[in-house]
Amino acid sequence: MMVKESPIFKGYTDEQKRELIENRVKNELKRRGLDKPFLIRSIYHLKNALLLNLGTAMNMTSDSGSMQVKNIILERLPLTILLFTTASVINFFLHLFLGLKLARKYGSFFDKLVVYLSPTSVIPGWFYGIFLILIFYSWLHILPPGGFVDFPPPTNPILYALNVLKHMILPLSAWIISAFFWGIYSERNFFLIFSTEDYVEVATAKGLPDKEVERKYILYPALPPIITNFALTVISSWMGAIVTEAIFNWPGLGQILSRAIGLFDAPVIVGVTVIYAYLLAGTVLLLEFIYTLIDPRIRV
Amino acid sequence: MNEVELSGYSLKGIIKEVLRYKVGIFAIGILIFLILLSIYAVITMPYEKTIYMWNNSQLWLKNPRNAIPIWWSIFIGKKLPTNINLSKYVKEKHISDNPKRIEYIYSFSYNYDEFPPELNIFFKSNYKKDPPVIKIYWEKPNGDKIFLLERSLRGKEDTLYIQNIDKLENVLASYIKEKVGYYPTYPLTVMRGLFVDNSGNLSIYKGNYKLYLDVTFNDQNDTINIEPILYGLVYGIAGTDHLRRPLSIALLWGAPLDISFGVGAALSITILHLIFATISGWYGRRIDFIIQRFTEIFMLLPFLPLVIMISLFYKLTIWKLLLVVILTSLFGTGVKTQRALVLQVKNLPYIEAAKAYGASNMRIVFLYLIPKILPPVIPNLVISIPGFVFLEAILSLFGVLDPTQPTWGRIIEDAFQNGALYKGYFYWVLEPSFMLILTAISFAFLGFAIDKIVNPKLKEM
Repeated sequence: MMVKESPIFKGYTDEQKRELIENRVKNELKRRGLDKPFLIRSIYHLKNALLLNLGTAMNMTSDSGSMQVKNIILERLPLTILLFTTASVINFFLHLFLGLKLARKYGSFFDKLVVYLSPTSVIPGWFYGIFLILIFYSWLHILPPGGFVDFPPPTNPILYALNVLKHMILPLSAWIISAFFWGIYSERNFFLIFSTEDYVEVATAKGLPDKEVERKYILYPALPPIITNFALTVISSWMGAIVTEAIFNWPGLGQILSRAIGLFDAPVIVGVTVIYAYLLAGTVLLLEFIYTLIDPRIRV
Repeated sequence: MNEVELSGYSLKGIIKEVLRYKVGIFAIGILIFLILLSIYAVITMPYEKTIYMWNNSQLWLKNPRNAIPIWWSIFIGKKLPTNINLSKYVKEKHISDNPKRIEYIYSFSYNYDEFPPELNIFFKSNYKKDPPVIKIYWEKPNGDKIFLLERSLRGKEDTLYIQNIDKLENVLASYIKEKVGYYPTYPLTVMRGLFVDNSGNLSIYKGNYKLYLDVTFNDQNDTINIEPILYGLVYGIAGTDHLRRPLSIALLWGAPLDISFGVGAALSITILHLIFATISGWYGRRIDFIIQRFTEIFMLLPFLPLVIMISLFYKLTIWKLLLVVILTSLFGTGVKTQRALVLQVKNLPYIEAAKAYGASNMRIVFLYLIPKILPPVIPNLVISIPGFVFLEAILSLFGVLDPTQPTWGRIIEDAFQNGALYKGYFYWVLEPSFMLILTAISFAFLGFAIDKIVNPKLKEM
């Protein structure tokens, strides 16, 4: 409310008006808790963050029109999970399968190739994404440069799904290319260590078929660390997703973050950080349970 | 956790060994190239001056906008125009003394395969009362002289952007109509009108052109300095960006900035991890407990969003950001793996001996333990460098990093912001990307080569 122009305060002197304004400022500071020292404020913020009490955004709205930070984030979270969990799952099985194959064909041409090319994986997925956009969009014009669906979106649900899939090709392949050689290389090393165990030699000596040796004697005992690896990859995929989403314009959490940065929407930025922390902690916790389930050596 | 064999290599020995591998030589070769590039940048272009130049858009007015690098035109197979500063070809002709009237004639040949994008004429004049009046004529190779326009200067310093004067399109269209017999069938712009031939197609009239500037001064003592520039499509070895800045500056200065950021972050984080891990492993008990719990907490922090958040809220420069990166990864997975190494080394005889002759804890930690567990840590240190170089690029890409610094990430961000991928300015993205890849690959290959040497278990496989 304007104090200086308002007719309600017409009879007030300047001195009284200033006092009135100062009082209001003080009240507002108190209402927002800004009069408390930094440490105490931090505890309040921590409590709000832990309770997922993320407040309201300053400028941004969710697609449904809500300004609640929680809604803005929860609306986009599934899209992030859709793209990057798919990428992680594909990567996981690809690396597992090819790593196992290479470990059995140790020393072959492809084995050496993978070993030599493994350093290329230091280049992150989003960076390969730039090149994929360059090639498949700017040059060849066959794939969309980013986004979730065409506009206007197809009404037929099957066509809709196919359209989404088409938009997923580039980001997915960026991630697959980036992790390819290093992923296979590390799985291969891992399986090599396991395949030198005595029981594997025994199994081979018994004349068991290769497939069975691979599955029962190498893969199964190696499962717990592999699962850990997978879970950690999934988590880190959500983090790395921030940049990939920004590059590919994928409407997920990362895009929310980059839009919030553009608009300097502090509550959303803090909210996204909190949600990431929760996802991370949640996955690690889940991992502990899964670990005890699949590895009989670990007992609570 | 795998047991890592502890080998007895010294730093010098490692380098010697690395050079025995082809990959190692390759990596070190690129690295030396990058270091030479950095040294060259630092010596030839002082930091303060470069930053000033990079952020001053007025300095670059005479460069072409979004020009591709010169070598790129080799692939296209066309002769692309470079910048032509016409003031080199000037001839002055006195027409009369009262009023003082001088004709400046710029005659130049144009033999390129593409139309030039811009023609700007920069005027600087000194006059007493009224500015000089300028008449501009254009002569095509066949000798036809076209009157373009007449105007008086708007101030002591004035620039005429010929390609933006819409009126000229009509002038040139009517000339072409007169010559060809019908109105031009292609969309006509001023620059096309100036350089098109009279065949009726959109092709370039190669040959000698003349630009006449007929200046009538108001006073005898008035002077004028004219600099007409015909902009090109190619510029330098790296091209220019949307603000006409030569990209070579940022590509050169990006090397020292990005590499020092990457090396600084990787080195300090690894050393800190090493120290924490050794202290944690050596002292054990309560200190161990505290450090391990801290490590677990830090491992759960969402690193990237956190760093983005901090650098956005506090408007960090690249060096303060380095500090933030170090602080947010103070404890990490490194502490865990290296602590396991310390526990292996802890009970070796030489440590027992040190304890026996009364070496202090600090002495054992810093002089006996850390040097022993250093070699297996070095590969990870080297391999983690590209990650931090890319982190700089990520933060630039989000626009949260100091925009005044000419880093590689900054160029990519500028290119993205200005739609380089959609408009076809590929060089703009490819050049900094190439430098980033070169840096990343060289450090990665070096790290892998060292890894093979210090962890000989891998070599056997």
